[in-house]
Amino acid sequence: MLPAVDYLIVPDKGDPYLEGHKCNVCGAMFLGERTVCSKCFARDKMSKVKLSNNGTLYSYSIVYRSFPGIDVPYISALVDLEDGGTVKGNLINVEPDPENVDFGMKVKVVYGDALGRKDKDGNSYMSYFFEPA
Amino acid sequence: MSDVYVLGVDMIKFGRFPDRTVPNIGAEAALMALDDAGLSIKDMQAMYCGNLGQANAMVGQRILQEIGQTGIPVVNCANACATGATAFREAWMSIKAGMYDVVLAVGVEQMGKGLLGGTGGGDGIPKEGLLGSGTMPCVFAEAGMEHSSKYGTTFEQFAKISVKNHHHSTLNPKAMYQIETPLDDVMNAEMISYPNTKLMCSVNVDGSAAAVLVSEKKAKELGMQRAIKVRASALASDPYTDRDLVMPDVNACTRIAVKDAYEQAELGAEDVNLVELHDCFATAEMLHYENLGLCKDGEAGMMIDEGHVELGGKIPVNVSGGLLSKGHPLGATGIANIYEVCSHLRGEAGKRQVEGAKIGMTHVIGLGTACAIHILEKP
Repeated sequence: MLPAVDYLIVPDKGDPYLEGHKCNVCGAMFLGERTVCSKCFARDKMSKVKLSNNGTLYSYSIVYRSFPGIDVPYISALVDLEDGGTVKGNLINVEPDPENVDFGMKVKVVYGDALGRKDKDGNSYMSYFFEPA
Repeated sequence: MSDVYVLGVDMIKFGRFPDRTVPNIGAEAALMALDDAGLSIKDMQAMYCGNLGQANAMVGQRILQEIGQTGIPVVNCANACATGATAFREAWMSIKAGMYDVVLAVGVEQMGKGLLGGTGGGDGIPKEGLLGSGTMPCVFAEAGMEHSSKYGTTFEQFAKISVKNHHHSTLNPKAMYQIETPLDDVMNAEMISYPNTKLMCSVNVDGSAAAVLVSEKKAKELGMQRAIKVRASALASDPYTDRDLVMPDVNACTRIAVKDAYEQAELGAEDVNLVELHDCFATAEMLHYENLGLCKDGEAGMMIDEGHVELGGKIPVNVSGGLLSKGHPLGATGIANIYEVCSHLRGEAGKRQVEGAKIGMTHVIGLGTACAIHILEKP
């Protein structure tokens, strides 16, 4: 399957993972390839790093109205990963109710089919999700 | 450098005008501002026009084609929801630079209905609802929930902001809506993106606003009776912050801009008598009480609970009704809130007049991110 975003790596062998680009000078973490650090302005000092699959919930919203054809409700979550990087995605396997969602809750990154979405050529995609650890 | 004054300023009543064109809507406000200044298009030496939806379509020139083609330089600006304020600021800068003495700034927008935003198009498959949501109600809900996480801010406190702004708009005949929305109505309205219900989202409307800016020399020549001094004009972009890539930061750039604005004006938040700030969602307004220094960090919930930000309170915020009820035509908003503050400083704001207002502040945020702040003073 193809990755839904460029910072999701799906190797031929082994497990999929999220990839960050880290500035070797100041430590800033980015998603997606780049050559210049927008925090400290260093050039050509970025390294690829494998991001952790463990993180904590930083903030969220429960989405009840989205664009036509998108299933609601769902939890849109911002997750701080262990060892750096913040990623956004759907928090799954939790009833979408503020009662059930706690700031700072431990979550893990899981990988799976991109909700059955296919591109115009009929290709399937792999995406990532968060679920309670 | 010359001081800069607003000599004429006005806005149309916001509404929905599907049968009109963008330039036609903009032309109406331009003529109103010229009339307010007692000047003609022949007197304008340059024009700065803000519009987002037709950013590639020469809206400024097309406005002049409706009200008078004098051959003056026209610059069209797009800067997300800071578009109108950016056009105003460019006009201000051109006078500061000594290039012109009389300049027209116009902001105009024609909006569709429905959700703005969304997580990118691009190749492959749609990401909305797969990798969270990029809709504006959600993005600003997430920013508000960050505040909840830090300070325990509640759904009810966010909702109270919408009650306040809708109440204010009942006193503003130019607002899209003049309807009271009690707390129960706000909290029980359709949930769009928790904690923002439908009544906690700004209204997509069509609208325009315009201002005539003049140099001090010109203001003195034409009469200072209704002139309003621009004490500060600040514009900031978003600095790098740790969650930048997934969480547009509306806080850091507001703090940079307001620091600059207070320094330019040589005053502080305690000197400001009213504020029109960017309440694109109820959750957003909460953040800016702190970002603009109207209270200490962590006190925003108290500001709404205690009524400090209501008309009659310590520092009234969005007495126009704000984007939540006056409406939010993206390119017009930045100049419309300058109109609002000028109305109060001139003592012409009618039933919603902030008594004795001498200094007012306007603030807009365009996601991406641009923050523009103006401080205005009755001379």
